[in-house]
Amino acid sequence: MSTTTLSVSTIPANDLMRSLPIFAREARFEFVRLLRTRTFSLSVIGFPVMFYILFGLLMNRGESLGGITVAKYMLGGYAVFGLVGAALFGIGVGMAGDFSAGWLELKRASPMPPLAYLLAKCCTAMAFGAIIVSLLTALGIVFGHVHLTLDEYAHMIAFSLAGAIPFASLGLVVALIVPFNSAPGIANLIYLPMSFCSGLWVPFQLLPHAVKAIAPFLPTYHLAQLMLGALGAPSSGTANSHWSNLLGFTLLMLGIAWIAFRRREQNA
Amino acid sequence: MNVMAASPETRQATNSQDTVASLGNITKRYSNGVVALDGLSLSLRRGEIVALLGPNGAGKSTAVKLMMGLSTPTAGDVRIFGADPRNAAARIRTGVMLQVGRAPEMLRVREHLAIFRGYYPNPMPYAEIVKAAGLEGIEARMFGQLSGGQKQRVLFSMALAGDPDLIFLDEPTVGLDIEARRGMWAQIRELAARGKTVLLTTHYLEEADALAHRIVVINKGRVVCEGTPAEVKSMGAGLSSPNDTSPGVNGVKIIRCVTTLTSEHLLAMPGVSAVEPHGTLTLITSTQPESTLREMLALDLQLHSLEVQSPALEDAFLALTADPS
Repeated sequence: MSTTTLSVSTIPANDLMRSLPIFAREARFEFVRLLRTRTFSLSVIGFPVMFYILFGLLMNRGESLGGITVAKYMLGGYAVFGLVGAALFGIGVGMAGDFSAGWLELKRASPMPPLAYLLAKCCTAMAFGAIIVSLLTALGIVFGHVHLTLDEYAHMIAFSLAGAIPFASLGLVVALIVPFNSAPGIANLIYLPMSFCSGLWVPFQLLPHAVKAIAPFLPTYHLAQLMLGALGAPSSGTANSHWSNLLGFTLLMLGIAWIAFRRREQNA
Repeated sequence: MNVMAASPETRQATNSQDTVASLGNITKRYSNGVVALDGLSLSLRRGEIVALLGPNGAGKSTAVKLMMGLSTPTAGDVRIFGADPRNAAARIRTGVMLQVGRAPEMLRVREHLAIFRGYYPNPMPYAEIVKAAGLEGIEARMFGQLSGGQKQRVLFSMALAGDPDLIFLDEPTVGLDIEARRGMWAQIRELAARGKTVLLTTHYLEEADALAHRIVVINKGRVVCEGTPAEVKSMGAGLSSPNDTSPGVNGVKIIRCVTTLTSEHLLAMPGVSAVEPHGTLTLITSTQPESTLREMLALDLQLHSLEVQSPALEDAFLALTADPS
């Protein structure tokens, strides 16, 4: 008993000192792990790049849309498409795998601060989002004659980092309620229709009316509008309303994740 | 079942200050109504290796999960180093090896170790872990490239990473060849010799027999018996012939031979508690093996291939956890 009280009192004092390197190491190795997982890194980076080359660069004939070139307009859409994929698959599928392997249980039984695990996943999604956005931007500038100011690029990166959070939360929900085997399928079932309906593949103006009516209920729509606004493309709604929609979606997802986690706990 | 409690309890009373972990009168009821643990009490003392045995669904993993703070009891008290197991201070002093199918495959062995060592303020030196878990030569490999036995050793090394005082090992030697298994046993003994406490769950009864200072057999969420491997074996043998008034349960032997005597005939002999045909052989459990043998040899002149064995832990285990119905 005496030894315990001693360790209990000394540990919280240097808790932060002890935790910071753990957070950093956890995030670094989560990133390394996903980068090395070719099925993940190649598809999550490869699909938006391939789609952007096809639909944003090759198939457009220098047309413009509401004052900006299609190549620049589509850059916004595929940037959102890429970062959402990184967050949804990195967290949703990755964490479902950790659950099913019992790996998360081992981590939780260790002295790792639980937040370190979640933040590592979230930071990794942000890093992949930033990589994808940068790659698409480079392609657009080199092959699509896209003119982008530094300020516009900085906004895109900032929006990718912030935008990763709602989709990381969505990934968390997928990981908690979908069994590992069906996680990739379910993630795609959410990801692909949501991307199409929000105008990430095809400019929003060209979508059918019925689809345009659904879009405002999708978080991808709001992030895409913010991204387009930053690029000087025509966008609807105010930045404030888009941010509050994304915040509301994040809170809703975290709430569902919390309930799902508690239910798992009780059955543990 | 009341026979066995006496000696462990007295030991427990005298060494209470050495208690490292305890489950006190635990009930665990899941939300679907299943009662996994039903008034289970268990305590682990400093420097001992305890093996938790029980059939599937007995409540072994529930008990271990409670001690690791992964689950909370419906009623009862869980203490690890006098604290709640979910307490960070308690976790820093424990190491865990679980049955994990897939650790992240695209991380190298040394990266996994770096992560786990980083969780603890005073980890075991890297070189020492590598040596203790036998990871020389595979440190730079990806976890996914390792063989089953190597993976198992890496998981073992993660349990050692923090140089913990209490180590939970869930089926530590599954998938290991005989040599590697002996190697891990030596490491586990070494841990106990350094004053560490080890709680082991295993399906290999031989492993419990070889390693454990104390075996706790649980079934249907309750402790069926506990004691040294020798004590547990004799209790099991005693239970298989509860009405026998033989001089001592330690006299129980299993007689294997080829005989023409029928099962009915053998069962009628004094001391014989079980007869089981096994191919051409017959297995006879007797609490008075000498007189049984004398009688058998006198009646069956053709009796051959005779062997007499002490009951194995396996027999005790089966007898102790048998469904009475």
